[in-house]
Amino acid sequence: MTHWIIAPVVLPALLAPFIVLAARYHIGIQRAFSVAGVLALIAIAASLSWQVSDGSVLLYQLSDWAAPFGIVIVGDRLSTLMVLLTSALALFVLLYSIGSGWDDRGRHFHALFQFQLMGIMGAFLTGDLFNLFVFFEVLLIASYGLMIHAGGNTRLRAGVQYVLFNLIGSTLFLFALGSIYAETGTLNMADLAQRASLIGAEETVGIRVAAVLLILVFAIKAALLPLHFWLPSSYAEAPAPVAALFAIMTKVGAYAIIRVYTMIFPPDLEATAGLHDTWLLPAALVSLFIGMVGVLAARKLDRLVAFSVIGSMGMVMVAISLFTPAGTAAALYYIVHSTLAGAALFLISDLVRTGRADLNLTAQAPMAGTALTAGLFFAGAIAMAGLPPLSGFLGKLLVLDAAFETDLVVWIWAVVLGSSLINIVGFARAGSVMFWKAHGFAPPADTPADTPADAPALPRPATLSYVAVGGLLSLLVAHTVFAGQVHRYTTTIAEQLYAPDSYIATVLDTPGKLSTPKEEH
Amino acid sequence: MSLFFIVALPFFGALLPGLMNAAGRSACAGVTFTVSLAAFIGLLTNLPSVLAGDVLTARIDWMPSLGLNFTLMLDGLGFFFAFLILGIGLLIIAYARHYLSRDDNMGEFFTYLLLFQGAMVGIVLSDNILLLLVFWELTSLSSFLLIGYWKHLPEGRQGARMALAVTGMGGLAMIAGMLMLGQIAGSYDLSVILENRALIQTDPLYTPALVLILLGCFTKSAQFPFHFWLPHAMAAPTPVSAYLHSATMVKAGIFLMARMWPVLSGTPEWFVIVTTAGLVTMVLGAVIALFKHDLKALLAFSTVSHLGLITMLLGTGTAFGAMAAMFHILNHATFKAALFMSAGIIDHETHTRDIRRLGGLRRLMPVTFVIATLAALSMAGIPFLNGFLSKEMMLEEATHTVLFGTPWLVPALAISGSLFSAAYCFRLIGHTFFGPVRDDYPSNPHDPGPGLWLPPSILVTLVVVIGMAPFLAEPFVKLVTASVLGNAAELPKAYFKIWHGLVPALFMSVAAVVGGLLVMVVFTPLLRLWETTPRPEAKAIFDALVATAVRLARGLILPLHNGAFTRYAAIGAITIVAAGFHAWKTGTVAPPTREVQAAGPVLVAGWLMLVAATGGLVFMHRNRFFSLILIGIVGLMVSIGFIFFSAPDLAMTQFTVEVVTIILLLLALNFLPKRTPMESSVLRRVRDAGVAAIGGLATFTLAYHYLLRDAVGTPISEFHLANSYKGGGGTNVVNVILVDFRGFDTYGEIIVLGIAALLIYALTETLLGGRVRARLLNRKPDQQRAGEMHPMMMVVLTRVIMPLVLMVGFYIFLRGHNEPGGGFIAGLIVSIAVVMQYMASGFAWASARLKYPYHGVIGAGVLIAGLTGIGSWFVGKPFLTSDFTYVRIPPFEKFELATAALFDLGVFLAVVGAVMLSLESFSRLARRAHMPESEHPMDIDPSRDDPPHLETGPAREGA
Repeated sequence: MTHWIIAPVVLPALLAPFIVLAARYHIGIQRAFSVAGVLALIAIAASLSWQVSDGSVLLYQLSDWAAPFGIVIVGDRLSTLMVLLTSALALFVLLYSIGSGWDDRGRHFHALFQFQLMGIMGAFLTGDLFNLFVFFEVLLIASYGLMIHAGGNTRLRAGVQYVLFNLIGSTLFLFALGSIYAETGTLNMADLAQRASLIGAEETVGIRVAAVLLILVFAIKAALLPLHFWLPSSYAEAPAPVAALFAIMTKVGAYAIIRVYTMIFPPDLEATAGLHDTWLLPAALVSLFIGMVGVLAARKLDRLVAFSVIGSMGMVMVAISLFTPAGTAAALYYIVHSTLAGAALFLISDLVRTGRADLNLTAQAPMAGTALTAGLFFAGAIAMAGLPPLSGFLGKLLVLDAAFETDLVVWIWAVVLGSSLINIVGFARAGSVMFWKAHGFAPPADTPADTPADAPALPRPATLSYVAVGGLLSLLVAHTVFAGQVHRYTTTIAEQLYAPDSYIATVLDTPGKLSTPKEEH
Repeated sequence: MSLFFIVALPFFGALLPGLMNAAGRSACAGVTFTVSLAAFIGLLTNLPSVLAGDVLTARIDWMPSLGLNFTLMLDGLGFFFAFLILGIGLLIIAYARHYLSRDDNMGEFFTYLLLFQGAMVGIVLSDNILLLLVFWELTSLSSFLLIGYWKHLPEGRQGARMALAVTGMGGLAMIAGMLMLGQIAGSYDLSVILENRALIQTDPLYTPALVLILLGCFTKSAQFPFHFWLPHAMAAPTPVSAYLHSATMVKAGIFLMARMWPVLSGTPEWFVIVTTAGLVTMVLGAVIALFKHDLKALLAFSTVSHLGLITMLLGTGTAFGAMAAMFHILNHATFKAALFMSAGIIDHETHTRDIRRLGGLRRLMPVTFVIATLAALSMAGIPFLNGFLSKEMMLEEATHTVLFGTPWLVPALAISGSLFSAAYCFRLIGHTFFGPVRDDYPSNPHDPGPGLWLPPSILVTLVVVIGMAPFLAEPFVKLVTASVLGNAAELPKAYFKIWHGLVPALFMSVAAVVGGLLVMVVFTPLLRLWETTPRPEAKAIFDALVATAVRLARGLILPLHNGAFTRYAAIGAITIVAAGFHAWKTGTVAPPTREVQAAGPVLVAGWLMLVAATGGLVFMHRNRFFSLILIGIVGLMVSIGFIFFSAPDLAMTQFTVEVVTIILLLLALNFLPKRTPMESSVLRRVRDAGVAAIGGLATFTLAYHYLLRDAVGTPISEFHLANSYKGGGGTNVVNVILVDFRGFDTYGEIIVLGIAALLIYALTETLLGGRVRARLLNRKPDQQRAGEMHPMMMVVLTRVIMPLVLMVGFYIFLRGHNEPGGGFIAGLIVSIAVVMQYMASGFAWASARLKYPYHGVIGAGVLIAGLTGIGSWFVGKPFLTSDFTYVRIPPFEKFELATAALFDLGVFLAVVGAVMLSLESFSRLARRAHMPESEHPMDIDPSRDDPPHLETGPAREGA
């Protein structure tokens, strides 16, 4: 029996308490173990992805109980892709937090980081809806810890809003789970898929409300309008590497929607017709639009990036809500792009913060390392705005192409392209004022000329920080260059998602402890 | 050379200038020149096959699923443009080496320039329209960087942003247009699209696709009404203006119209839109150019005008028009680049570009004079220079073009365009070079070194040669025209010659030149008239537009995200309820399948208490301690509810959780005011009450609905009930679910608990490191403190109870698998035993006796649980698989040993650690406040003589 499929959950779950137990006063040891753990995760995730790339489904029955009675971990193309993406992102975020020294500005960063990874990995891998709730809790509490890492008044305040809103989401998740269990009597996703289709046309309200409540839970996580309010201030106030790691958290919501609403409540399920297949797309378009308008409206760089994340999630959700294989394939391509681009931009904004007094979009004296930072920002902005040559452009083409057959095609095209323009203007203004205007910057006349000469010179970001950002951007470049291969793969993922029979069969037909009951004493 | 290399060379070469920057300016320019030269030679190696009429292609698959492939094609048209781009590029690089000053970062400049060059070559060699889009946007981006190259100039920054916004918009429109085109044709490959003229032109999507593509072309090629960005782009260094904004990038739109000519042209839509835009642009640009005083602005508007001319020629849709357009592109590129370079020389030497401050340079700068005059006369359409030839072809074409049913409209506009064109050329020559030599030039003008005048003179030589011997250019232009026309039209028979006889075009040409001279005569009054006429200022409009957009965006975004959490929550709640209600309304309801159970008096009483406590909480929540009591009641009723539903485990857990929570909350409340201040207005509270009521009602309805109905299948809990003893070795189903069936959930939950404790610790740690610490230290207790902080009675009692409680905890832990209990409850009970010691004797005393730090306890707990799970790997079972056996150690009875107990131990430790760490963290806050610390277990000890040092806390010393 092979245990690799659970390793992405168990490895960080053991590493974190180990760090707490043995190395909580030694930042060096913590860093070493944390990096080693993430490197191991990447290797494991890569090998898992390779194993399932032929379309097979890896099943792991926890406690040896067969589904639906026990919990199962399921690795298919989609979940392993997300695991791989998470671990790759984690590496660069970790390197950045080490390089910038963020990890040493509060307690337990690495333990919380590993727990956070455990939560995310678990959410991607679990085949059980209640277990998904548990992992949502793990990643919520760990992310809250990371978010308020290093403290500070505004950060704590933003953190309270973050955790409160997400607790509303958790409560809603429990409501939804209760409803689903009341309707179907099961929590395993594959089993749910079977039972949901058994529900007759004479009584559909129960399952309909349950399906809607559940998608709203995921929509909160995915920061879909109008449930996105927790995101702007918390992402803007969070320590930059944490915000960068959070780039994958919104994707957990997107992942869950893809998983649940292709398998359990697929678009062709009669009982839940006319719900999310109707209003998810408009909501996604509004998200995309508001996010990009927020980019133009932002007065600070970190909020600008936070809004661009909302917009980019809107784009992902537009593609998802087409509920077609082509749309899902495009969404998955875009998810990878959006994660890397969002994370890179948060890290870049921290590079800017290192060299400036604040992140206000006003002209200030040129900072140390401007040219390099400006170049990175330019690349990040291109990626986020969806301009060539980076993958955002290709993702946008894929989404537009996939939307061609839908009724709302004009709306989709208009919003996607129009919001791109707003985004371009927003980013161009921000970059111009931060990096170019600095060269013409003269200190205001009323400041005393004899500013203290011993004012500490703002430091230059560490080389490792640049390496981390460069690493993320090179992943984006790779995502662009190998776009054909990646898209072919996401297409096979979408095919697997829209034909879930082998998934369901693997989960439900594999015998567990039940089939070999123990002898009674 | 392979087409890939030609495109890729500038991109990869773009890495070199930055690298060579340190080696000096000449080295930097040298490598750039070499890179361009290599690409240029590479292009020339393909000349024979192009001349032979072959179409070279090269292909690498990129995203075949999307239809986006790296497909390149070289035909006459592509060769022509690539030749212009790389050839003029070489001249520009040589020129820029001498133009840029020592303060300019040359590496940066040439990097951007090469990026642009690569993108531009990519456009003209693309065989795939999506690939073309990629390069198209790349030119916008590199031009953005080049316009903003002089970062300290506000004009540069604004011009760059304006250019990016306008061309970016066009690019986005073109994405849509190209996608439509591809959908119609079934392929994004030009070679396929160009073959499908009939199919495309009859498709209903033809018109939208055409408009969108033209939007892209017009913005790029600065056609009215998008012409305004180009003059502002002139803030760029002159080599950039000469290269991008006259010779190459602005021709990209025209290139694309020519490329798409076989499939898009020939329809009324094409004719009306393109011809009109071209005509308007031509006339408007020429008129504005006449009155511009800045040399570069004048040239910029003249470029706009000439681009309009070419557009108009393409718009007519005739083969002759296309040929004239191609010829004029060649001619315009030569004379306009030369003119820009001359303007740069004048700027460089006199330090001004203002025509009003110039004049008389004829004697001071003879070389520049000759170059600029020849180029300008060519632009004016004077015979024996190449501009004359193509302009006459344009006029000829105009006489055959009927727009809006009015035969004279196009010729009249064409003449007036040419007239103003001639006028500004004369003004350029006259006001710059003629007239008396002045003595107030900002600098001391003289001819520059050959580095600056040689590149334009090469171009001017071409101007003259083509002008004198047009037959030299004819085969080449016809070759290019042939590839523009494709299969759509026959190549025109007309020959290129200076003298065509007394044709109408000649008269029109003469009229234009004479008119231009006349305009010059009355220039001063005309200028006065122009300056008094109000006209829309494009930059002001654009700036206002962007400012309005930003204001609107801020007006929308900032109030919406004002940080008011109650609003966020209200919107969230309403959304959730509304979506749920929609789902409910659109579904079907069947009658209930279960009976409503009768409610006995006990149940009703419990229910009433729950309602009363919750209701009381709503009204009394400002009194924090009171609300804590009410929360306690709620917790109690929930526990009783668990008992009612035969879940003693949950009830016990809930009880103990309640106790621990209340203690922790009391500790926390210690640092807060006793009452919550009133923060929201009445109106807002009414709103919140409404939202809460709606949410509560919805929850009730939903719960009621589900409670009366059975699940569609047998619930999985039936299986758990049936198999808990058989498969899990325990008769307590809840515990077996917790540690076995769904042990993985429990594993996750203890981790949540552990994280929460770490979090509380980390939070207090950062609090104590910040400003809060001072506040805490200087905090005055708002109420009287207890006279005796560590009462003897309590100390004695807790000491006595402690072993008992630990015993109970141990018992509860062990019986867990079969009876209500387990690690979680045991952990809480043991924590309470320890907490009591803290309460009785104080933090300092208790923690001094602490052997195992609580972080470690949490870590150990989670680790033990995890390692127990892994343990099953060694017997080939999945994570967390439990096993049990029955052993008998005399004299004990037979008892069960289950691996689940080990897992439960982990749970136990994690719970103890989490609770204690939280408590410790709160106590640390308290410790820093006005709390004297005692090293003794209690304040009054009969066996001790020395009184406790109540007054010697560190805080008191500071006070």
